[in-house]
Amino acid sequence: MKFKKNIATSDTGYIFNPGSGDSFSSNQIGTDLLSFFKEDKSRGEIIRLICAKYEVEKIQFEKDLDDFITQLRDHNLLEN
Amino acid sequence: MITTNTLIKKKLVIAVTGLNAIDSPGPGVAVIRAIRESPEFDLRIIGLNYESLEPGIYLHDLIDKTYQIPYPSAGTESLLHRMKYIHQIENIDLVIPNFDAELFSFIKLREELEKMGIRSYLPEMEQFEARHKTVLYKFGKKHQLMVPEDRLINQPSELMKAAEELEYPLVIKGKYYDATIANTLEEAQKAFFQLQAKWGLPIIAQKFIKGTEINIAALGDGKGNTISVIPMRKLYITDKGKAWAGITIEDPSLIELAHKFIKATRWRGGCELEIMQSATGIPYIMEVNPRFPAWIYLTAAAGQNQPATLVRMALGETVEPFRSYEVGKMFVRYAWELITDVGEFQKISGTGEL
Repeated sequence: MKFKKNIATSDTGYIFNPGSGDSFSSNQIGTDLLSFFKEDKSRGEIIRLICAKYEVEKIQFEKDLDDFITQLRDHNLLEN
Repeated sequence: MITTNTLIKKKLVIAVTGLNAIDSPGPGVAVIRAIRESPEFDLRIIGLNYESLEPGIYLHDLIDKTYQIPYPSAGTESLLHRMKYIHQIENIDLVIPNFDAELFSFIKLREELEKMGIRSYLPEMEQFEARHKTVLYKFGKKHQLMVPEDRLINQPSELMKAAEELEYPLVIKGKYYDATIANTLEEAQKAFFQLQAKWGLPIIAQKFIKGTEINIAALGDGKGNTISVIPMRKLYITDKGKAWAGITIEDPSLIELAHKFIKATRWRGGCELEIMQSATGIPYIMEVNPRFPAWIYLTAAAGQNQPATLVRMALGETVEPFRSYEVGKMFVRYAWELITDVGEFQKISGTGEL
């Protein structure tokens, strides 16, 4: 899962697509996910880290993670 | 370090129109702001106004003196007469007209003004006419540029046929300005009568394209070369369809489109391409404005000062095309009450000068 080369993300969870001018802000978990994606962490590692940090069931978070990735893809932010 | 640029400044008197700054603002104030930011000129800016309440008239830190000029409907002779008078006093080096409706007169008078010593940097009459709303579809077809299909409407009865062929919603446009989206025949007819009363015939019925509104400010050298291109995505759109906030974006297809347009037309001067980018990424040209847009200051903020570059080109300098600009540079327009005195208003209203 990789962002397109020109997509800018910040430590505060802000995402900017310079191709379209679209910008997005994410909540704290989304911000954590963006930094994990940048660090190229594996899906398993991301799930482990988030479940350790937040009170969330693994099965629930897996759904949320898939949903987050779908949103990023729908907004044309990810490499195909 | 002191460079020769800071020691020797060009003394220039530049006359600029389009000083209105209402909800559908003229580009004049933004053009002046951009030129004034260029450190190489020693400027005297002459404002040319039509009405006494154009806000630019009262912005004395931007405009040194303003003269009223006759409306385009008064004819080119009347404009020439007034320009001669102003030139006698001010010795104008360059005029930058910024209204679509006055461009015909300034293009027509170009040679005569140049003989007097007043330069301009405008498209040829042929270029100016070729991108007119009423012939834009034909123009697009000729140059393989995507333009939504349209029909010219001279009487309301023609709207039904246009709707059958292009389908609702239709964009109903005035010959010079204004556009409205019509979802039914009744709405289309209402728009027809309103636009006819305001701008005359024909009215344009254009196929509606759903997508993202993008504007491109471009500058051509008249030989087919593009000197500058800045694409801007509208972030906040007024009910008149004007960008009240926008952001520079990076999209090679838009840059390429501007290059293609300028190469095809050998456009000289500034222009604005109004684009609707469809969901599949196809950029449709909705309109071509033959002058700088009101948001032109953003080009200076993003690193390609188009008005200042136009000045240099008009003076005969060879200018290298810009290669980069800052992406993500935003503008947010605002309204601001300018306080003046009734004496100033009386002066411009009574004498035509301030």
